[in-house]
Amino acid sequence: MQLNSNKIIEACLLAGKIMLENGAETYRVEDTMQRMATSLGVKQSHCFAMPTGIIFSIDEMEQTKLVRVLERTIDLNKVAMVNNISRRMAQGEISVDEVLLELKQIDESKPEYPVWLQLTSVSILSGWFLIMFQGKWADFVPAMISGGLGFAFLVYVHRFAKIKFFSEFLASFVIGFTAIWQVKLGIGTDLDKIIIGSVMPLVPGLHITNAVRDLMAGHLVAGLSKGAEAFLTAFAIGSGIAIVLSIY
Amino acid sequence: MLSQLAASFIAAFAFGIIFNVPKKTLFACGIAGAVGWLAYLFLIHFKMDLIIAAFISALLVAFISHLFAKMYKAPIIIFSVPGIIPLVPGGIAYDAMRHVVEQDYFMAIELAAKAFIISGAIAMGLVFSEVLNRMIMKIIRQ
Repeated sequence: MQLNSNKIIEACLLAGKIMLENGAETYRVEDTMQRMATSLGVKQSHCFAMPTGIIFSIDEMEQTKLVRVLERTIDLNKVAMVNNISRRMAQGEISVDEVLLELKQIDESKPEYPVWLQLTSVSILSGWFLIMFQGKWADFVPAMISGGLGFAFLVYVHRFAKIKFFSEFLASFVIGFTAIWQVKLGIGTDLDKIIIGSVMPLVPGLHITNAVRDLMAGHLVAGLSKGAEAFLTAFAIGSGIAIVLSIY
Repeated sequence: MLSQLAASFIAAFAFGIIFNVPKKTLFACGIAGAVGWLAYLFLIHFKMDLIIAAFISALLVAFISHLFAKMYKAPIIIFSVPGIIPLVPGGIAYDAMRHVVEQDYFMAIELAAKAFIISGAIAMGLVFSEVLNRMIMKIIRQ
């Protein structure tokens, strides 16, 4: 029993960590971990998840375990896969060892889409956002260029700097800079619309939504810290653009 | 109108790719985005307040996302997040910041408050739909 409950804790924590690292709501993380524990035969388990770490304990065992979550990205496919595993566990289809094995595979798996595809979709997205905000078709390509360049900076600067605020700030600075120069060179016409369209992919929509849902679900600590993260991102984007605008 | 439909579908679809949603759900993400945005445009066209329009469209997006979540057996955020992003008041937030740069703080605060309230309305729409959904499910089970 001792060895088994170690494995149960390990599996639950790994599942929670994957979900939290890839953009699931905190309440879903706690809920899934407890469901997994229940379907593995644990009577009572306690879980406390925050955006930066998870504490998990099982009543039958003395020890409590903690994992830190340092790096957070958005990969909803992994969240869906973990969700799927917990669903299959509830139906009693797989054992602990299989669960652990599959979770480790998910943890190490690559994102669903390669970076180049994401870059292309960001630039297409920027162009179409411009249309949604009543921009002119003439500005479609300029928005694609600044949106794509901004996102490229976000991805590649983040690899070196590892500080989200800084890479977001730089990304929106690049967007503002390229937008202004395209308008000056006569490639684009409406500066405001180009900037809005190309900034939209950076907007922290997922974090805002998750923050509010966590707050409403009663997870005050998690909700507030997610909200702070969203606010920081919004602030980084806003100040990046503001600096460009005030220079020119 | 047709270009708006295409734009919102493609935008939500592309957002799905940025957020790495599973491949089989991409199409559903696009539909959620298109429905939300068209509802928003429709409500605004009939002179409805921006805040209420955002609330109702978010409610609608969340409702559709619930259906998709059941259909694909996947977490609801996969559909609702790409769906609501077009509603996020990026334009107003940008205007607010522009006025800060121009040192017109009165206008900036006014616009920022508006952007804040609209985001709040979107979030409220999402949560309300979830509560409604739970209530309906409970009534059906009884």
